[in-house]
Amino acid sequence: MTILSNKVMMGGAETSNRREAAGAERLYIIGGILLIAGGMLFGDLFAILVLHQNANRIGGEMIGAVRAVSAQDTAAVLSHFTVIGSLIENRGTKVDAHVHAIDFGYLALILALVQPYVAMTDSAKRRIALLFLFGAVMLPVSVFLIHYIGTQYGPSDVLGWASVSADFGGLLVIIASALLALGLFRGLRKRKPAVSPSTADHSGGKALLVGGALLILAGFVHGAYYAAFDLSRHEASDTAILTSMIDNAVSNNLPAAEADVESYGKLAGERAVNIAAHSHIIEFGLLAILLSFLQQYIRLSPGVRRFWIGLFFAGSVILPVFVFLEIRLGLLAGGIADFGGALVLLALIAMLVGVLRQKRTSEGGLSA
Amino acid sequence: MRTSKKVLVIGGLLLSLWGMSYGLYYAVFVEHQTLDTISSALAASFSNAAGRKMEASKINLEGYALASYDYTRQVDVHSHWIGLGMLLIGLGIIFHKVSFGEELRITLALALLIGSALFPVGVLLQTVDRGFLPRLIASIGAALVTVSLAMVAAGFARSNE
Repeated sequence: MTILSNKVMMGGAETSNRREAAGAERLYIIGGILLIAGGMLFGDLFAILVLHQNANRIGGEMIGAVRAVSAQDTAAVLSHFTVIGSLIENRGTKVDAHVHAIDFGYLALILALVQPYVAMTDSAKRRIALLFLFGAVMLPVSVFLIHYIGTQYGPSDVLGWASVSADFGGLLVIIASALLALGLFRGLRKRKPAVSPSTADHSGGKALLVGGALLILAGFVHGAYYAAFDLSRHEASDTAILTSMIDNAVSNNLPAAEADVESYGKLAGERAVNIAAHSHIIEFGLLAILLSFLQQYIRLSPGVRRFWIGLFFAGSVILPVFVFLEIRLGLLAGGIADFGGALVLLALIAMLVGVLRQKRTSEGGLSA
Repeated sequence: MRTSKKVLVIGGLLLSLWGMSYGLYYAVFVEHQTLDTISSALAASFSNAAGRKMEASKINLEGYALASYDYTRQVDVHSHWIGLGMLLIGLGIIFHKVSFGEELRITLALALLIGSALFPVGVLLQTVDRGFLPRLIASIGAALVTVSLAMVAAGFARSNE
């Protein structure tokens, strides 16, 4: 009787442990997809509501600064640059929040996949997952708040509390990742993982793998081309245009100085679209590779799955291509790029629904 | 776990952790100060021009260009180390689907790891030396990663799994 009840108790504890292990995996997958979808939605809204308006205001302030230089009004120059600094910080912190939320989402998906190799108690895995996700949310939210909280009561002249909070969020992510890395090193000494990750192929899995690798490759080639042929030219042009702008303002040639401001805006736009196209196409490629392996956790019929994968790839190509064409085609291309981003977002939400529809098995694992 | 997968997963994790730690160090001790330098140098350049102190304006503009050049590369280094590290871990998990022999897979894994570590080092060195060597190191790293990834894509396409 005692042995039987012990076995029942031990079996119950084992089931509970497995449920906790699957819980950590599920936390990373759901948290990761939510971080990516949230980061992308934020990026789309930012592009539509803030980016272009912000660029126009920076241009307007630069023209004001040039006129103030011409009029020898030092106070007005500093006033215009205070506004420009605030506008650039507004843009920069929003881009940072967008990028970090998405990148932490990718990392969460990767950590979900390595869980079977991590030698650690299941409750520890779950606690680390919570620590990671807490830091992964804290950093982008805090970065977003930097512009609004400022440095007024901060620990130094250039550092506000929102920055400190963001850095602390980053530290939590590092600690969680380092603890998992230690567990992984211990786990890799064993010949087999505690629970074998499924290697079964699912419909669309191969397309996601090959397509993802090709997207990343395209991003690498574009990045290499930009670094080799455009980056130095853009950096040299940046200083040359500013020098010309100041010289024209000092010699009271305002039309030429204002034309320089326009050229400066175009140059900034050219740099921004190249960097955005490069980083987006690589990130979508990495996401496709991760999604190929997550198909085992997604409960959708093959036809529906293929539809969403097709939509995902359509958006993954449309967004970077039309971001790149934005300088030539203007706002129309920007709108099409945003539409591409929305397609990727929809596909991700569909896959999240597939994960949530996935039932847990009686042993606490995720059923395929 | 096969050796090629271990190289990618462990190497990718170490690279990501290194990139994150570098990013944290940079954000706490350098980034805010650098951004402050960039904005104040540009503002000073224009305000000195308004006061017709052209020599000072020129020096400020050079300071702005130098700080911008460094900042662009520091952010590049941080994001590439982490991004490439995540790519290595992702590839490591599914590397058994690359339909080549294990020896070639190990070579590809090592090339990916070395390239991913080397490319940002080359970019970082450009902040202290604008000569040929840092660019060469970055180019070798980028070429290693790109060629290896093209072969990995071919390996995925050949796979029957």
